Amino acid sequence: MSHLKNLTKGIFKENPIFVIMLGLCPTLAVSTKVIYGIGMGVAVIFVLTSSNVIISIIRKFIPDKIRIPAYITVISTFVTITDYLMKAYTPELHKALGIFIPLIVVNCIILGRAEAFASKNTVLDSFLDGIGMGLGFTLAITLIATIREILGAGTITLKLLNYGWIFEIKGINPLVVMILPPGALLTIGLLLGIFNSFKKKEAK
Amino acid sequence: MAEHLLVIIISAALVNNYVLSRFLGLCPFIGVSKRLSSAFGMGMAVIFVLTLASAVTYLINRYILIQYKIEFLRTLSFILVIAVLVQFVEMVILKTAPGLYKALGIYLPLITTNCAVLGSALLNVNSNFNLIESAVNGLGAGIGFTIALIIMASIREKLELAKVPESFKGAPITFIIAGILSLIFFCFKGLVSE
Repeated sequence: MSHLKNLTKGIFKENPIFVIMLGLCPTLAVSTKVIYGIGMGVAVIFVLTSSNVIISIIRKFIPDKIRIPAYITVISTFVTITDYLMKAYTPELHKALGIFIPLIVVNCIILGRAEAFASKNTVLDSFLDGIGMGLGFTLAITLIATIREILGAGTITLKLLNYGWIFEIKGINPLVVMILPPGALLTIGLLLGIFNSFKKKEAK
Repeated sequence: MAEHLLVIIISAALVNNYVLSRFLGLCPFIGVSKRLSSAFGMGMAVIFVLTLASAVTYLINRYILIQYKIEFLRTLSFILVIAVLVQFVEMVILKTAPGLYKALGIYLPLITTNCAVLGSALLNVNSNFNLIESAVNGLGAGIGFTIALIIMASIREKLELAKVPESFKGAPITFIIAGILSLIFFCFKGLVSE
């Protein structure tokens, strides 16, 4: 039961973006198309889960004083792997995400989970925590990207390397500002406000 | 040459403002913009570290990574160098200027996880800047960050007196204001033709 909880808590109750508000920079920067959001999400799931597992395995050998540099070394190894894999297999996505792939290193979610969870828990729990938090991040960024793309371009892009589809939504007059930087800030501000009001109602 | 460097500064500080149009360094932008005085301290610390880190990472990239063909270690080496640099700057300031250290004190360690620093180092590599251009780009980025942070902090100090709907208090209204600020910064787009 507690294993299941470790998996699901990241998705809703402790959602990294909407509740803990970590890792905002990539969320806002790359959420211009749905497929970019999903791509960023998959990259984060991979890095978060792998680094959580490795850190959990070696947690007893890391001296307490130098634990942060040790975590960063593990994390940046996986980020480099992701960077080169994406460059080789999905060059189009790699170009669109740009410097935000190497910047996963300083994404506070990953170091935060390493410090708060993986350094204290078993390998299996850390693995589940990584998957759950990663899924929560992916859901949030995909939600923001969907809203921005529909309002800003009138499409939903699920196309990568000539596979998949681009849906066009009729009857929408695209509001270009939504796919530009101001749109991202307005979207997340409004979403956070709406979530807060739901939470307030539940508490009553 | 001087004109070229001025273009780099304006482009990094206003046209492509790191916070409002590139989304680098959002966490401190939201976190430290509650008080004007702390926003100013954070801004100064970021300008200092960004300029220094841009120059140092350029040297590392040019004379170690490219020299020995180990570019795949770029992300790893940059983040470690930045962490060491921040620690080093902290110790030097503590020894030489205790007054400044008191003012910057708590903001210095926070800068390691500021993605603007690593972002600027990586952007310098992507744009093939030389040593001076890299340092100037870092300086411009730092100035842009500070401008955005100070504007935001001034607005938020006024905002405490405003009637904001209960659910929008705190982070949500800050993001909406940042969105409007970002729209305003669009006016600078025509300033530099690239």
